[in-house]
Amino acid sequence: MHRYLAGEDDRRRMLAAVGCSSVEELFKSVPAEVRCGELALPPARSEEEVRREFWALAGRNIAPECTASFLGAGVYRHVTPAVADALLQRGEFFTAYTPYQPEVSQGTLQAIFEFQTFICQLTGMEVANASLYDGATAVVEAVLMAHRLVPNRPKVVVAGSLHPDYRAVLDTYCAPQSLTIITVPADPMGRVDAATFAKAVGNDVCAAVVQSPNFFGVVEDLPALAAVAKSAGALAIHAVAEATSLGILAPGGVFGYDVVCGEAQAFGIPAAFGGPHLGFFATRQAHMRQLPGRLVGETVDSEGKRGYVLTLSTREQHIRRAKATSNICTNHGLMALAATIVLSLLGKKGVRDVALASHATAEYLKSGVGGLGPGVRLAFPGGPTYNEFLVLHDDPDGLLARMKEELILGGVSTTRFGAGLTRGFLVAATEHNTRQDCDRLLDALRRLA
Amino acid sequence: MSDKTSLRQREGLIFERSSPGRVGYQLPPLEVPPVDPAKTIPAELLRGEIQELPEVSEVDVVRHFTRLSKWNYSVDEGLYPLGSCTMKYNPRINEEVVRLAGLAQLHPLQPEDQVQGALALMWELEQALIAITGMARVTLQPAAGAHGELAGMLMIRKSLADRGEHRRVVLIPDSAHGTNPASAVFAGFDVVEVASTPEGTLDLAAIARRLEGGDVAALMVTVPNTLGVFEPEIVKAAKMLHERGAFLYMDGANLNAFVGIALPGKMGADALHINLHKTFSTPHGGGGPGAGPVAVSEALVPYLPVPMVEKTGNLFTLSSDRPKSIGKVRGFYGNFGMLARALAYIRSLGRDGLRLMAEGAVLNANYIRKGLEGEYHLQYTGPSLHEVVFDDSLQAAAGVKNVDIAKRLLDYGFHPPTMSFPLIVHGALMIEPTESDGIDELDAFIAAMKAIAREARENPDLVKGAPYGTPVRRLDEVRAARQPVLRWQARKA
Amino acid sequence: MAQPTDRLYTKTHEWVQIKGGEATVGITQYAQEQLGDVVFVEVPAPGKQVAKGGVLGNIESVKAVSEVFAPVGGEVLAANGELDGHPELVNQDPYGKGWLVRLKAAGAPEGLMDAAAYEKFVAEESH
Repeated sequence: MHRYLAGEDDRRRMLAAVGCSSVEELFKSVPAEVRCGELALPPARSEEEVRREFWALAGRNIAPECTASFLGAGVYRHVTPAVADALLQRGEFFTAYTPYQPEVSQGTLQAIFEFQTFICQLTGMEVANASLYDGATAVVEAVLMAHRLVPNRPKVVVAGSLHPDYRAVLDTYCAPQSLTIITVPADPMGRVDAATFAKAVGNDVCAAVVQSPNFFGVVEDLPALAAVAKSAGALAIHAVAEATSLGILAPGGVFGYDVVCGEAQAFGIPAAFGGPHLGFFATRQAHMRQLPGRLVGETVDSEGKRGYVLTLSTREQHIRRAKATSNICTNHGLMALAATIVLSLLGKKGVRDVALASHATAEYLKSGVGGLGPGVRLAFPGGPTYNEFLVLHDDPDGLLARMKEELILGGVSTTRFGAGLTRGFLVAATEHNTRQDCDRLLDALRRLA
Repeated sequence: MSDKTSLRQREGLIFERSSPGRVGYQLPPLEVPPVDPAKTIPAELLRGEIQELPEVSEVDVVRHFTRLSKWNYSVDEGLYPLGSCTMKYNPRINEEVVRLAGLAQLHPLQPEDQVQGALALMWELEQALIAITGMARVTLQPAAGAHGELAGMLMIRKSLADRGEHRRVVLIPDSAHGTNPASAVFAGFDVVEVASTPEGTLDLAAIARRLEGGDVAALMVTVPNTLGVFEPEIVKAAKMLHERGAFLYMDGANLNAFVGIALPGKMGADALHINLHKTFSTPHGGGGPGAGPVAVSEALVPYLPVPMVEKTGNLFTLSSDRPKSIGKVRGFYGNFGMLARALAYIRSLGRDGLRLMAEGAVLNANYIRKGLEGEYHLQYTGPSLHEVVFDDSLQAAAGVKNVDIAKRLLDYGFHPPTMSFPLIVHGALMIEPTESDGIDELDAFIAAMKAIAREARENPDLVKGAPYGTPVRRLDEVRAARQPVLRWQARKA
Repeated sequence: MAQPTDRLYTKTHEWVQIKGGEATVGITQYAQEQLGDVVFVEVPAPGKQVAKGGVLGNIESVKAVSEVFAPVGGEVLAANGELDGHPELVNQDPYGKGWLVRLKAAGAPEGLMDAAAYEKFVAEESH
């Protein structure tokens, strides 16, 4: 038999109890025409063999750990406290299921309640859900919520400085909803100009989406853009791809946005080649019943003790079915727990320190790049940035490849995102990058660009 | 009976542990010049320290989350017979390999030559899932089953549009999981519910009638169905749909019942999502993350989301050269961390182990069915595969409902079965033991259920007042919904 | 169980009371029993036109949502604002304080049951 299964004797005794002489009898209801023979797969492997296969797979990759790495564009390498993974590996957390039986799930439920609170604190909003898959789908859910709240308006205005992947996913989801997406391109400062935005956001627009810091790393004029949306009666949506930015940047909640949503991976969640990450979604109390995803609420038990339960479940697919606010069921609960642990460890001081250090490191690089000459220059020298900026270069792929030979992952080439973007590369910095890393990058750019 | 309230502190919220000046983490010293953001960013775009964030030490955090964890029941603790969820053992070798730096730290936008191992892993998983399902190709992008449903329905929609057709209707049986109609609507379809037969299976005559309208895009079906019974006419249903130019979407939530025994590809499925967090052991995590790859037939291959991993010789690439693709359904390529775990599991079990897994799942469910028949009512008596749906009608005479039985089961140290699903069984108790447990655990579960049935007869109030031994007693869900409190707030001074 | 005789009933367990061209609509005792504790009531805004048999609103319990269908068509004049903070009124007093909507009736009520007929209907349905 196998170490994950019961044994021969278990099987023999159970077959006797159910009155079958073989397991095959239990599959009588499966017709011959759909049966398969032996699966075309290798035989069972021991742990040691599985390890070897995965070491070999891992060995064929270049782990950023072994390099000076400045990769961003939606995924950021920040603090990874040792304690976080130790707690996440407790089987009580990661082998539990969705807390449908609250009396034996208070651990999960309370942790999610804390997560919801942290997200409200970071975003300045009143209510947050228990997580979504990622930043891209979070933005989609925000737009779809806006469409439900303002159903007679078929248009969505999106800043051209929105992450191209977020935009691509929005296109996929909006196609069957007969929603038209209008793009307002970024101006020469790398931001969306409020006057241009206002021309696009008419009274046939249900949602206006702005990402800040945006895909180019530039901090948008959030208050001005919110005002445009509100005066047109559209829902204002603030998308965030680098959640640690909320440590020093004022969030949409402060400026009257209806939704602040996006990606919280930056709070200690591994890059893991793109997933699982952590979508977050926060909104106003008034929109509470249109919120997608799970919600944990506080209550009491029959003895008056405080406890937590999933609540307002009638919004969700298992009850509302075709009329649900979202089709989401399984979300990213363990990642929400991970972020909750990291945010607890960072706390008031740490959230700010991480943001200040990331910003300072990026500013140091920016000033260094600024002095390198015409072949390598900042795309938006005047635009305020948090921890990421766009550097223009004619052959970003070639330059990055040469830097990789020196064990420097200098940034993300814009060529990854299609032909429409100016040729260059995005450089992101976090508290993870040492001064030595930074000086090596600047030196390499000087020599190799 | 377990007493979970002993030796347990009453743990408050992390915010309630906060004490000024405590720190939980220290950054390395800043080596670059510090920057005052007020000098680099316009003042109105800045914020100060977030006062409400807690100040706790590392020890506080460890105590807090360790205590919280002890309030959870989990698969590691015991049988977790939640029907439709497949709560099987989550192997630790999967956790080890996924944490290798060469996998965990990879940035998705690193150039392909730097991530050949990751692409190879995704390729290997796709090949394995093709072997397991008998379908043509598999997208690994969707983050969950429902996400996969949406992707599959979008592919069907695009395929029809390609033919110049815009069929609006998707047929869904009344026994379906709620995500099915929700996903169909999100994909732009109208849902028409089809009543099940008295045996709880697909009503082919009703489906045939509905197909005559010419506006049916697809039928969404779960195999075996949500009663745990194999759909006897699935092949015929697929043929009927295909003859009319419609598609068969298969919800793969119950795949654990027939891996290595049958192939959805032979059943005529056009798109099938696979819940890696169910059949392939990736951990449920208290509510995800999961992964919902979608296997498709040749007809839908052109519409798969981009990018797909392609192999040329020994080289792997991420190809977005798919002009008919539905596009992207999420950022990057998939929940890679879960994909890696699933591949490790498939390797650990291997071709024989996977079949033994399905056999074990079906045998365990039938053993429980045998043990409880007579004690609990069975509305649909067809042959069970990996799950069995009892209901509370024998106990209802004493006023004891499935909810009460579930809460009393907590006192016996077990997680209850799924309740009130499928909708076609009133007072449902859907039991799916999976293959993980041996006869002892199943016997203990059966004994507990029998004891509760006896209590329902002899002392119904005891059952109705349960649970007694859990960290909290029955919680007031009405209050939580009427007066929603969805976050902690600092008390105003 | 005796239903109030001063109103008419539907097969979907709504009641309607018409006075001077205005129809007040609520759900019956049986309906609120089936639903369990009401946690939220969603009703349309004044001015909305509803056809007879059309969806007038939704009533939510913790685990279910039930649509409320209009016994007569017409224009919504008012919704019961008390239910915002006190949805339990639907359970406690379904025929009085738990009323849902007041409509300007578009015509005379048709095809509805009187109290006796509704009682018989409920008795049959519960078997």
